[in-house]
Amino acid sequence: MTTQLTPPKTPTPSTTTSGTITKRPVNGRKLRSSRVKSTAAVTGKYVSLVVMSLIVVIPLVVVLFASLKTSAEYARTGPLQPPTNWLNFANFAKAFTDGNMVVGFINTGFILVVSLIGTILIGTMAAYALDRFDFRFKKVVFGLFLVATLVPSVTTQVATFQVVLALGLFDTPWAAIALFTGTDIISIYIFVQFMQSIPKSLDEAAMIDGANRFGIYWRVILPLLKPAIATVVIIKGIAIYNEFFIPFLYMPDSNLGTISTALYRFKGPYGTQWEVIGAGTMIVIIPTLVVFLLLQKFIYNGITSGATK
Amino acid sequence: MTISTKGLVRVLPKRSTRSRRITPWLFLLVPLALLVTFTYVPVSNMLYYSFTSWDGLDANKALVGFSNYVAVFTRPQFLNVFAVSLYYVAASIIQMGLALYFATILSFSTRFRNLFKGILFFPYLINTVAISFVFLYLFQPGGTLDTVLGVIGLGGTQHHWLGDPSIVNFSLAGTSLWRYLGLNFVLFLGAIQSVPGELYEAAELDGANRWQQFRYIIAPGIKRIISLSFILAISGSLSAFEIPFIMTGGANGTTTFVIKAYQEAFTYSQVGLASALAVVLLLVVLVVTFIQRKLVPDEDVSLS
Repeated sequence: MTTQLTPPKTPTPSTTTSGTITKRPVNGRKLRSSRVKSTAAVTGKYVSLVVMSLIVVIPLVVVLFASLKTSAEYARTGPLQPPTNWLNFANFAKAFTDGNMVVGFINTGFILVVSLIGTILIGTMAAYALDRFDFRFKKVVFGLFLVATLVPSVTTQVATFQVVLALGLFDTPWAAIALFTGTDIISIYIFVQFMQSIPKSLDEAAMIDGANRFGIYWRVILPLLKPAIATVVIIKGIAIYNEFFIPFLYMPDSNLGTISTALYRFKGPYGTQWEVIGAGTMIVIIPTLVVFLLLQKFIYNGITSGATK
Repeated sequence: MTISTKGLVRVLPKRSTRSRRITPWLFLLVPLALLVTFTYVPVSNMLYYSFTSWDGLDANKALVGFSNYVAVFTRPQFLNVFAVSLYYVAASIIQMGLALYFATILSFSTRFRNLFKGILFFPYLINTVAISFVFLYLFQPGGTLDTVLGVIGLGGTQHHWLGDPSIVNFSLAGTSLWRYLGLNFVLFLGAIQSVPGELYEAAELDGANRWQQFRYIIAPGIKRIISLSFILAISGSLSAFEIPFIMTGGANGTTTFVIKAYQEAFTYSQVGLASALAVVLLLVVLVVTFIQRKLVPDEDVSLS
């Protein structure tokens, strides 16, 4: 019984494959045939990988170089020349204090936490109602959610702005929180799909033990949804950390800057001081890099299940 | 055993049909309220605004019929945004090709496989403002790109990457490609790896070469994800906004659909006109999605 309680680690991306999904089926097995493969093909493959990797890495590394240079050094040296002192963090300190980055991190953190909690509660509640109940107009409600996924939110901001104004949310962090929480339909799908793999017999068992529907949701379903919640936290968390348009449009107050808008506004006064702007840019990128290195596997899975819904 | 039977007797009668009918709606109350407030109200308001000459403040909204739509399809400044979108569409097609190539080669055994995978994917995770700044720096006159071109002996191809109106859209679409390649790549790679390994074994026994394996095993297996990515890429290209907005602010003929709508609504207070633009964009995205659904039907719609 206990083994049945654990649903699969991730909701399997719904591909046409049936049966077992073998990760890396080709590795090793292919090695045997590799002698057939011509050296030219192998060389071509690695050359293309290295060139592409350089195209990705060079633009980032040169900004790191610039951010570690003094302004005199920056003026004197070319972009590809590494800094003389790898521990010159003066630009980082300047970007942190003058660029309102601290406020940006605090605001982003607050919006992130509240929006994630909201998304999880709302998404799981909607999914619970849609997956575990039969009721009139269920098809209509499904349709409403389904059609909404087709509307790219960036196209409707012209009119959403008026709604946010009317609700009195303009220039408060709640504008961003309401929009992040209220327009996230993808996570409802992730939850519905995952919930389908939780056996209904668990609900029935809990009901026999006297739990009401809310108790089942809170004590049975929600804890079992943990892997799906982790997926939503990852993809949604990255999206909120990176969001620019919503805070830019709805929170013009400089005390309400998120990391995106704080960095954006920072460029004005520092115009061409690329060593300082570069440091600000690195301050935004480094947390992403750290999170990516720590949570690689979860991020790949989260992105795959988020995008294919 | 007796306890649970008692529970059954005690609990079941309490649940009247009416309360059972209301329960799902209690769970749906907040989600539906948010869905209506932030998706359906804006979309219907936008439709309404698009037939008015509203400036965003006036209490009266004068109906003007289709004149906003006529403006969108006749004034050159609006027609230009369609042309700008084509750069992003072209870039996203190249992006899909590259993603497919790298996903295929990395699905076979490769040294440093995870390192390459990580490097190719990472840009997708980076904050857009940071990416825009990275590329502003890269494209500067005498900046990184010019320096690298000089180093590899292509000094003659140096340009004003963001200043020359005939090149700037290539630079911006290229930046967008750099950012989104990783998403397509990881989606394709995941799909290729979920093709059962036995198929390759069987194919190899039958003497199929790499190209045939790609053509007859990989490609059919990932058809669905390709068509889905294609839609994401097209609708993403049409609604391109952040990279051009941050990097050039729409100057030099880089105004995209969304930048134009943003400027009309929030800079020139032409909410009616901006809404018409947004409605056109929304319709185009819906039509493209509809075509995709018709061409490649979803085999496993798990909902409803």
